[in-house]
Amino acid sequence: MLTILFDGVAYGMLLFVLACGLAITLGLMNFVNLAHGAFAMAGGYVTAILINRWGLPFLATLPFAFLVPAAIGLVLERTLYVRLYHRNHLDQVLFSIGLVFMAVAAVDWTMGSQQQFVTLPSWLKGRVDILGVQVGLYRSFIIVVCSVLVVALQLVLAKTRFGSRLRAAVDDPRVARGLGINVSAIFAITFAFGSGLAGLGGALGAEILGLDPTFPLKFMIYFLIVVTVGGTTSLTGPFLASILLGVADVAGKYYVPSFGAFVIYSLMIVVLVLRPQGLFARAR
Amino acid sequence: MSHASADSFVQSGIVARTLARRGRWRVPEILFWLAALASIWLLPDRHLILNEIAIIGLFAVSLDLILGYAGIVSLGHAAFFGLGAYTAGLIAKHFALDPVIGLVGAAATAAALGWVTSFLVLRGADLTRLMVTLGVALILAEVANQMAWLTGGADGLQGVIMPAILGRFEFDIFGTTAYVYSLVVTFVLFVIARRIVVSPFGLSLRAIRDNSLRARAVGIPVNARLIAVYTLSAAYAGVAGALLAQTTQFVSLDVIAFHRSADVLLVLVIGGTGYLYGGLVGAVVFKLLQDMLASITPQYWLFWIGLILIILVLADRDRLTARLTAAWRARATGPAGGAGPAGGPHATPASGER
Amino acid sequence: MHRRTLLALAAGLAAAGLAGTTPGARAQETFKIGLILPMTGASASTGRQIEAAVKLYIAQNGDTVAGRKVQLIVKDDTGVADVTKRLAQELIVNEKVGAVAGFGLTPLALSVAPLATQAKVPQVVMAAATATITEASPFIVRTSFTLPQATQPMAEWASANGMKKVVTLVTDYGPGIDAEKTFTATFTKAGGTVENLRVPLANPDFSPFLQKVADAKPDALFVFVPSGYGAQFMRQFTERGLDKSGIKLIGTGDVTDDDLLNGMGDAALGVVTSHHYSAVHDSAENKAFVAAFKKTAGFRPNFMGVGGYDGMHVIYEGLKKTNGAGGEALVNAIKGMAWTSVRGPVSIDPQTRDIIQNVYIRKVEKVDGELYNVEFATIPNVKDPVKAAKAN
Repeated sequence: MLTILFDGVAYGMLLFVLACGLAITLGLMNFVNLAHGAFAMAGGYVTAILINRWGLPFLATLPFAFLVPAAIGLVLERTLYVRLYHRNHLDQVLFSIGLVFMAVAAVDWTMGSQQQFVTLPSWLKGRVDILGVQVGLYRSFIIVVCSVLVVALQLVLAKTRFGSRLRAAVDDPRVARGLGINVSAIFAITFAFGSGLAGLGGALGAEILGLDPTFPLKFMIYFLIVVTVGGTTSLTGPFLASILLGVADVAGKYYVPSFGAFVIYSLMIVVLVLRPQGLFARAR
Repeated sequence: MSHASADSFVQSGIVARTLARRGRWRVPEILFWLAALASIWLLPDRHLILNEIAIIGLFAVSLDLILGYAGIVSLGHAAFFGLGAYTAGLIAKHFALDPVIGLVGAAATAAALGWVTSFLVLRGADLTRLMVTLGVALILAEVANQMAWLTGGADGLQGVIMPAILGRFEFDIFGTTAYVYSLVVTFVLFVIARRIVVSPFGLSLRAIRDNSLRARAVGIPVNARLIAVYTLSAAYAGVAGALLAQTTQFVSLDVIAFHRSADVLLVLVIGGTGYLYGGLVGAVVFKLLQDMLASITPQYWLFWIGLILIILVLADRDRLTARLTAAWRARATGPAGGAGPAGGPHATPASGER
Repeated sequence: MHRRTLLALAAGLAAAGLAGTTPGARAQETFKIGLILPMTGASASTGRQIEAAVKLYIAQNGDTVAGRKVQLIVKDDTGVADVTKRLAQELIVNEKVGAVAGFGLTPLALSVAPLATQAKVPQVVMAAATATITEASPFIVRTSFTLPQATQPMAEWASANGMKKVVTLVTDYGPGIDAEKTFTATFTKAGGTVENLRVPLANPDFSPFLQKVADAKPDALFVFVPSGYGAQFMRQFTERGLDKSGIKLIGTGDVTDDDLLNGMGDAALGVVTSHHYSAVHDSAENKAFVAAFKKTAGFRPNFMGVGGYDGMHVIYEGLKKTNGAGGEALVNAIKGMAWTSVRGPVSIDPQTRDIIQNVYIRKVEKVDGELYNVEFATIPNVKDPVKAAKAN
């Protein structure tokens, strides 16, 4: 029972790291970036390559899994995304799907279509028994990393100067500009940061979710579910939604396996019909 | 299709004239359909892909009805397509009825599902609707998978043998009957859709799309209209699905899969929303591009499609569309009509903007 | 302007793309083979394996058979049944192909079956493994395997090796259900007890199912997941510590796919599977094949690749026998054909047109620092048990 809860929380946390970048671009910058999964995939591949070809230890690759997608995100934001902020959502969808297609084919071409693997250090393998509950070490690691991230993100957004500038830039770009805030720089940094987080999520998730060129398409739905169920006005919403969905999915598949595939979708529909703005969104 | 009773302002005359004018067929449209007709004789080797294009085109038209005219974004339109396909497949398999009856049956079941689920999409903004429709389709796909005794599950529905259309036209291996059949059905449904969108009903939908609060204020029954158009669109999608099932004589879970919903949205957005031809043009462009690229590079065609999509967006298709729409309108209006009645809904291609 | 541009683009495409294919007059001399495979999407790796193997076969055996030039036309079916059917139909009608081949997934193979019958074109199934496929058309020949064929020996081996209670965990679609049924029937007949679990096809996290397995405490877990998902499953199996709690992992060879096995790491060591091919199969033919395959493709061949390789073999040998007498003659020539494949001695069952082959029991071991399925027992000449049972 507690093991199921634990697995669910870990799965949810992983979903959150993967999706929170999307929550930022979609919620704060109002940009539908379906290519989010491509940045996650980039992170996963960076880790896989560094471990398998260069022999770096797992932990040492994680900063790169953040930085490389962040850099790619920054370049793309400056050159392409920036032209599309004022466009309607359908154009953004078309553009970002095009980007996903290109990423999928490009990765397939360079890395092959088969699954890639991330070799974990031995201290992250296996599981321990804590007070009768079987706890997987890698999943605990994910929970720790994600918790730290959540707290840090929340602090940055709520307490720092950058956070308040970002919020100002989002609420009213023109006024923010008038106040001397460099709006486009803030957007660029935020976008890069979101892409980096996705990359980190991809690196952490490769072990559990698998990693192949179709990753961005396969998991796009999950990211979107997390963000819509959680609401896009804050990060707490997507966070709680991730945990809820993770636990519901794992528990549903454990207790009612024949109904397992329905749980997450049904939950989403119920939530959205009852609370169209998302479960934890403030009323607008 | 008259809904005139609800729209007292129709009597004002200007609107009536505008609608009548908009209902008139223009030269490019006639040429488009003549070209489609001519393709039956001019391109005898390509009937199979043309058949697929006609079906996807109809499917995209059905999506345009809700997206382009009522502003409802859907990422789960395959639910209706798939239900229609399974209905038509099962009717043929178990009762061996005429394909036309299969079409009617598919339209009916899809419309019923559309009506039921329409209540779910009434609430919420774009993203919410996107995800609710997606959720409905995913659940339905899972249902189809679980009900293997009826649907054949992941192996697909076996043993569908399609009787001749109207007892006379057998489906042939060249796809000629299939293409003519799909083209005729698509054309008939298109004409009906075209009639609907220039009716007062269609006008009220656009009013809702542009500003639902104001639409409500002038007395348009917003929810009833949205439910009606959603149901209609579902029926159209069901027919498209039925056409696919009948012309390929096989139904598998693919008909209801996520990628089908995504593809049709892509097709429609490529062609442009809100003028009905977008779906058809998008289908022609997308399918032919895909077919050409995939025969050159079966492994990496996706890359080039992606590149083309990005270029299409960066070339600022919006402004281009707006300019063209203006030109189109001006020509249709003629010198007497001036700039058209104030507030005449511009064909803003997207509902996504807020 | 945009719409006009689009219309112009559409017209241009129509001119270029539609008129592009005209059946050539030389169609009589060249023998065209339509190879329809998932080259993009979730099953892309299947397509790549088969394509590489088919091209290797042509490179090794020349592109002229019985005086006719062989031309290969590769198409991407994107894993979708109606696209597969349309492509097959186009190939048959426009390109006048002499055979269609490939077919990565069961519904894709089944969608083309009526077409093969109608057009009298041989359909060589190189991958899809649901037992019923060859019954769908008398023109279907299969050179891969059927899941019951690979599963039954595993069930027999398990009960012979003292296992009493087994949990099966299969992916919830045609082949998975095939495997589950066969295993359960064979194993219970031998006196064991079986508990069944099914996992949805789109399932990123196996943890709830593995937890159920852990709770059931069986002697062994029998697993079938489609090629490609095996690695993920394997890692979660060890992560959960099930390997240490005394539950043996057994399955068909799909879970320890040669293509991916090496990347799974030591987690896979000791897993016992039954299958018809291993890249380390001990024969001169296989050694040459693996070396050549690695050289041209850059990765290890797996059972998909071998299905493609042998598929080409039956087409080539059939052509030699029939000298271009048409589809029906070609299928008849293939029936009963026997040869030494890289997987061992095989033959095509004249009744079912399925392949009769040895099934090997293998264990994952390290060979020269790489992981391989090392064969340690052979069950010779296994027929598909489902159809064999029907025949009796």
